Amino acid sequence: MKGSGLLTGAAALGIGLIVLAAGLWAAGFDAPAALAALWRGAFGSWYAFTSGTLVRSVPLIIIGLGIAVAFRANALNIGAEGQFYAGAIAATWAGLHLGGVPSVIAIPAVWLAAAAAGTMWIALPVWLRVRFGVLEVISTLLLNFVAESLVSWMVQGPLQEAKRIYPQSDPIAETARLPLVPGTRLHLGLLVGLGLALALWFVFRRTVWGFELLATGTGPRAASVSGRIRVGRVIAFALLWSGAFAGLAGGIEVGGVSYALFQNLSPGYGFTAIAVALLARLRPLAIVATGILFGALESGAGAMQRDAGIPAVAVFVVEGVIILVLLLVEATVRRARTTVALPDPPPEAA
Amino acid sequence: MTLGLDAGALVGFLAASVRVATPLLFAAIGETVTERAGVINLGLEGAMLAGALGSALGAGAGAWSGVAVGTLAGAAVAAVFAGWVVGARVNQIIAGTAVTLACVGLTGTIYRQAFGAGGAGLSLPTLGPVPVPGLSRIPVIGPALFAQPMLTYLALAIVPLVWWVLYRTRIGLALRATGEAGPLALAAGVPVRALRFWATVFGGALAGLGGASLVLAQVGTFTENMTAGRGYIAIAIVVLGRWHPGGVTLAALLFGAATALQFLFQALGLAVPYQFFLMLPYVLTLLALAGAVGRVQAPAGLAKDD
Repeated sequence: MKGSGLLTGAAALGIGLIVLAAGLWAAGFDAPAALAALWRGAFGSWYAFTSGTLVRSVPLIIIGLGIAVAFRANALNIGAEGQFYAGAIAATWAGLHLGGVPSVIAIPAVWLAAAAAGTMWIALPVWLRVRFGVLEVISTLLLNFVAESLVSWMVQGPLQEAKRIYPQSDPIAETARLPLVPGTRLHLGLLVGLGLALALWFVFRRTVWGFELLATGTGPRAASVSGRIRVGRVIAFALLWSGAFAGLAGGIEVGGVSYALFQNLSPGYGFTAIAVALLARLRPLAIVATGILFGALESGAGAMQRDAGIPAVAVFVVEGVIILVLLLVEATVRRARTTVALPDPPPEAA
Repeated sequence: MTLGLDAGALVGFLAASVRVATPLLFAAIGETVTERAGVINLGLEGAMLAGALGSALGAGAGAWSGVAVGTLAGAAVAAVFAGWVVGARVNQIIAGTAVTLACVGLTGTIYRQAFGAGGAGLSLPTLGPVPVPGLSRIPVIGPALFAQPMLTYLALAIVPLVWWVLYRTRIGLALRATGEAGPLALAAGVPVRALRFWATVFGGALAGLGGASLVLAQVGTFTENMTAGRGYIAIAIVVLGRWHPGGVTLAALLFGAATALQFLFQALGLAVPYQFFLMLPYVLTLLALAGAVGRVQAPAGLAKDD
């Protein structure tokens, strides 16, 4: 099972890269040079790997883990981008006010503020879903745009730097910043991601809540009828945790990478993380691997833009194709299984 | 008038409402048909974006060829999506998100290749307002509603057409049955999968048309990711409009008005940061959704892969 999952993932990645190369070639770019630049930017040197790939993988892993929590319960949080920004805003605000506080207190305080903000950002969609039945897909999506405008206002208003020149915040207090691996830009956030992955691995495998998530996601009616699982509650908490993870990722990005708030802090991490979680089939330890893989893609995309003049957004094509290929494979596998168990479906008129 | 609001500002507000609503109306009416067949297309954003870029590319040979290319581009994107969700019956939400993601990448790359790295704003032939003889002379309403680009009239003409097809033809009945109870419709001999496929492609074509109207009748240029979530807004508008062409039209106009409020408030000289006006339509849509859902049922088979 595990082997076949890995193989499928590798095949999906391969197809994604082939589509990218073919597209670039068709558009008149130098495809081999582009792919070489992609590789150099991702794995070309120790510095590129740690300071490019791994640094970019941190938010993807943490958001991806949160997405996995929600998606396991079939609660589709498409608003991680907004929750990430909510976390980044809170972390910046906290970080600016923690001057002189020792790091052992300042850093966890920033994390707490960020996670709380991410949770609050998804609280409205959760409430709308529970109270009115508004699809979380739409409500979380809409709030992404609100969050972007909020950041725009923050960096030109309440959180703008003291000099009031650029639309960005002042850098946060030194003590609120995450320690770095010497000689690189890799920060403590990677360990946080790994720790959370292990914790979720345990939760999904060994706890009742982990089972409830899966039961709610795969058969909400059965779960509800069983009388032992309060489906609405499970979904609500899955979404809230998912928001907390995305918010935390925003806080860690501010504390470990940017040290300040500005617009476009995230190059779409909230959306890429969906691909990260799906490619890992919502399994926490696999999310670490796929997170690093997509971190490599993002990092390589930067090098591709610098060295080969290919817009970095081109990697979104790879990500989209990977998801589509995986969906196709899963649908084929599912059909192969169900045809054994069930009689033939009626002939399709189409 | 009160509040120092003159007729000119009101005309400007109404005209802006309709202008902003037009691309949304195209996409939302198309998505209404798609959802009535039981498919929810989150790739709509991608289709709209493809339509926008397609229209910019096609506009080299005139604005109307831009419209045609944009429509086709939107339809092509939706056809890929439909192949996945109708052909392979994969999760519609996830497939839609993936299609949009790919479209953002694709349009960004093609745009830079075709028009250079940007900077110098791209200037395209645009479709100017075409006043309707007579009607455009009505005070206030006239210049606001009847001096719009041709595409706005087209959008408003499509609405009753879609209504008629949905509620007064056999194919419309089959389409609605498909969305409400796919397996039953199939048993009754309705070509369920063909209907779903073509309803999705139709929705994509209209989203492409919406993207084209955004570029050629509203903004006059293409910028990366310029749809900025309008495709998703259109999906919310379908819910707000209760999956009915008339309701959807009203909801689109309401959203247009919420967006255009910023022009009105600027005219009033309110000292509120502009970002709050940018948020307003999204927040209002959320609140309206809370009010609208529950009292009205979505097509029962929506997003089910049966």
